[in-house]
Amino acid sequence: MSHHSLQAVAPPLPMTNAAPLKRRRRVTPARIGVYAFLFSAALFFLLPLYVMIITSFKPMLEIRSGNVFALPAMATLDPWRQAWGAVSQGFWNSVAIAVPSTVIPILLGAINGYALSFWRPRGANVLFGVLLAGAFIPVQVMIYPLVWMMARAGVFGSLPAIVLVHVIFGMPLMTLLFRNYYASVPHELFQAARIDGGGFWRIFLQVMLPMSLPIVVVAAIMQVTGVWNDYILGLVFAGRENLPMTVQLNNVINTTTGTRLYNVNMAATILTAAVPLAIYFISGRWFVRGIAAGAVKG
Amino acid sequence: MSNVTLRNLCITRSGNPILRDLDLQIEPGEFLVLLGPSGCGKSTLLHSIAGLIDISSGTIEIGGRDMSDADPSERGIGMVFQSYALYPTMSVEKNMSFGLKIAGTPKAEVQRRVRRTAQMLQLDALLERKPSQLSGGQRQRVAIGRALVREAGVYLFDEPLSNLDAKLRAELRRELKMLHHTLGSTMVYVTHDQAEAMTLATRIVVMQAGRIQQIGTPAEVYDRPANRFVAGFLGSPSMNFIDGSIDASGRFSAGVLDLHLPHAAPGGVTLAARPEHIHIDDNGPLNGTVTLVEPMGNHQVVWIDCGGHSLSAIEHGARVLAGGQAVRFAIDAGRVSLFDQDSGERV
Amino acid sequence: MLARRLVKLSPHVALLPMALTVLLAYVGGALWTLRTSFTAARTFPSDKFIGAAQYVRLFDNERWLLSLHNLAVYGALFIIACMVLGFLLAVFIDQNVKGEGALRTVFLYPYAMSFIATGLVWQWLLAPGSGIEGALRQMGFAGFSFDWIVHQDLVVYTVVIATVWQASGLVMALMLAGLRGIDPEIYKAARLDGIPAWRTYLQIVLPMLGPSVATVFLLLTTAVVKLYDAVVAMTQGGPGIASEVPAKFIMDHLFLRSNIGLASAGAVTLLVPVLVLLAPYAYARSRRARAGGAHA
Repeated sequence: MSHHSLQAVAPPLPMTNAAPLKRRRRVTPARIGVYAFLFSAALFFLLPLYVMIITSFKPMLEIRSGNVFALPAMATLDPWRQAWGAVSQGFWNSVAIAVPSTVIPILLGAINGYALSFWRPRGANVLFGVLLAGAFIPVQVMIYPLVWMMARAGVFGSLPAIVLVHVIFGMPLMTLLFRNYYASVPHELFQAARIDGGGFWRIFLQVMLPMSLPIVVVAAIMQVTGVWNDYILGLVFAGRENLPMTVQLNNVINTTTGTRLYNVNMAATILTAAVPLAIYFISGRWFVRGIAAGAVKG
Repeated sequence: MSNVTLRNLCITRSGNPILRDLDLQIEPGEFLVLLGPSGCGKSTLLHSIAGLIDISSGTIEIGGRDMSDADPSERGIGMVFQSYALYPTMSVEKNMSFGLKIAGTPKAEVQRRVRRTAQMLQLDALLERKPSQLSGGQRQRVAIGRALVREAGVYLFDEPLSNLDAKLRAELRRELKMLHHTLGSTMVYVTHDQAEAMTLATRIVVMQAGRIQQIGTPAEVYDRPANRFVAGFLGSPSMNFIDGSIDASGRFSAGVLDLHLPHAAPGGVTLAARPEHIHIDDNGPLNGTVTLVEPMGNHQVVWIDCGGHSLSAIEHGARVLAGGQAVRFAIDAGRVSLFDQDSGERV
Repeated sequence: MLARRLVKLSPHVALLPMALTVLLAYVGGALWTLRTSFTAARTFPSDKFIGAAQYVRLFDNERWLLSLHNLAVYGALFIIACMVLGFLLAVFIDQNVKGEGALRTVFLYPYAMSFIATGLVWQWLLAPGSGIEGALRQMGFAGFSFDWIVHQDLVVYTVVIATVWQASGLVMALMLAGLRGIDPEIYKAARLDGIPAWRTYLQIVLPMLGPSVATVFLLLTTAVVKLYDAVVAMTQGGPGIASEVPAKFIMDHLFLRSNIGLASAGAVTLLVPVLVLLAPYAYARSRRARAGGAHA
């Protein structure tokens, strides 16, 4: 029976045959059905992206009179210029938030995973269990106490505040990823390093961290995507000057009075989704690896 | 029990021919072993008989009916897989009865078959257990049981013992042989282990690179191998090969080694002798030096260097031999095989 | 001696940030909210304890009750649709189809988008008159109507569509990883037994995927409870309060309507199903840890 223990599982989805049954050279109705289903599903999934893109290139005239599925007759880059104007501040804010909000959680996650996997101090596993549970708890349960604490400390509504919040809420997943990864490293390696005289930090910095590149990449992808796509934390903690792109996007689109410029809205949406989508399309396998590694829990 | 006939069977996978123009006739009730190294096509052949692999051309007949295009479940076969492939979430009893139930077999009949097979394989006490609660040997028996309940005409075995440790393997081998005795069904068995082939088979098909090298009883392929490949594949330690030539008087010579072969034709040949036909004999005609002795408990394997030729011999007696020792030995001329130096075929 | 003692403490020191985070932010925060739910706090925290009054008020609140109802309906549909669609996609992709890599990319890319972006796109697509409804009418289906998003009774389904679109790819990815761990000879054995493909997947493969299914179910359920961004982007809780969800109720009462006592009661209530769901997992984990020894 498969046991989903806390082992770093998944090699990236292997491209091999799971069902090695040779296909009959005749095309069977079942085979056609498979392709038909997949094709229809693909259409369903691609439709919004398609509509987003073509809408962003149409002038408002065409949008008002035309068909949402029709290709632009008079393609224009105007909506894009306007969109960028509306959300560019948010873009740079998101960048300023994402960088520290990725680096710090990864570092802490690595240290945590390392300590949990190899040193296992007393009570650490219990703490880890609670941390993992925390990942499932709706953020609303903890949001106000954090707001209150930060307001008292005078840091509320600033860049350090939002970064700290991302560190707090990113810790469960980051720790889990590294812990699972280090669990798959042979314990003998660690023991050999200790015999060689290494202490806690030396072994971490000189042995474990250097071999962690694959999981660092995965963790970075997951964390950057999560931070960039975050809305609620940015809304509450970032402060007006540091609002991330998602918040600005929603403000632009849903709180504008007067005529809604759908083409600008779509362009702005694409701009906001661009960074994580780019990461996704480029990293492909690593993205999937991250999902598998993060989702396989006890 | 059914017979199986393969005619002109060709199987090509992504452009590479795996089996070429293969003909094979399997008699009802025989235990046929497909033997060969990895990649020789034996597994592919078995899978094609089962209908799990499409064939490119040729015919497969089972029980006299053309099954070349038939679905695996309609061929009247049962199969035992290398990894057992038991349904992990079902009990032993369910594993054995699932296929029958799907086929619409009446409940009473299903029960009868399962009970009978469980008894035959000593699985009665394990019927309610799940595969994860069974040992390797028990799982193998359940896999066999699942095939046997189908009461098929032909049973196919795909290297079923290779996942077991040596002792268990020997034990299950004997059980399989007794099973064949009891049931008398036609069985086709794939293995790369020549000892398994020798003990289980009524006939062995030796294969290499998609072609049949020799078909024969274990005694035939062992005593009279058809070519150099078969000669070297069967027997452990393997046969000794010596290149040399035979003169007009029937005398084979290869350097300092020579042997008198009364009926042999002159020419260059490869002489092949099994270690058990090389005897260490103080009065033997040949001289050599011991290079290595491997004690095996009930016999010793002695490696002798004779004029640059390294030969293995089997010594059953209590003779004490050591490396570097000079020995005299003899080769049993009546039991040697001769092969053409270029083609490898038997002469 | 002291130096050695300090060195031995290194792992503990290193885990200090984690300990602080867990104890202060997670546990502390949850306890603080719990405490607040028993007080009369409105704009600011208060020390006036009023027992379970906030909870009574909460379950008297029409908006809250509606949000719970919406969440239940949404949750059931979302989870079932995602699991069925994700499983089917995984199974069909696993059939040795050509272009598997491209298909996987197509099904999974929505997961890389933020909920906000997803909500906005689908808001546009489902807008009556200009979106899909308008397009189909233009293409000749004059009487076609698809204005669920402005209907009080139907708006929840629009949120289902948008979020299923986003999350099914994830379910597919996880199921596919599970499928790839299955011994290929099982399929051969089933084929030989004469078991039709659909039955093989349903009665043999799916039970084998138990752990994957459990993981997926857990992830989907927590996503349901956390539903906020998509609703904000797509419907703003509307029309009216028709698509209100608990997370939004809580946020609105924390920050807009200045009633943190009530909101805290709501947050605690929302926490209960999550804890109930996590309990079996935690139990199973600790059991396995005790049985297995080394790695917990």
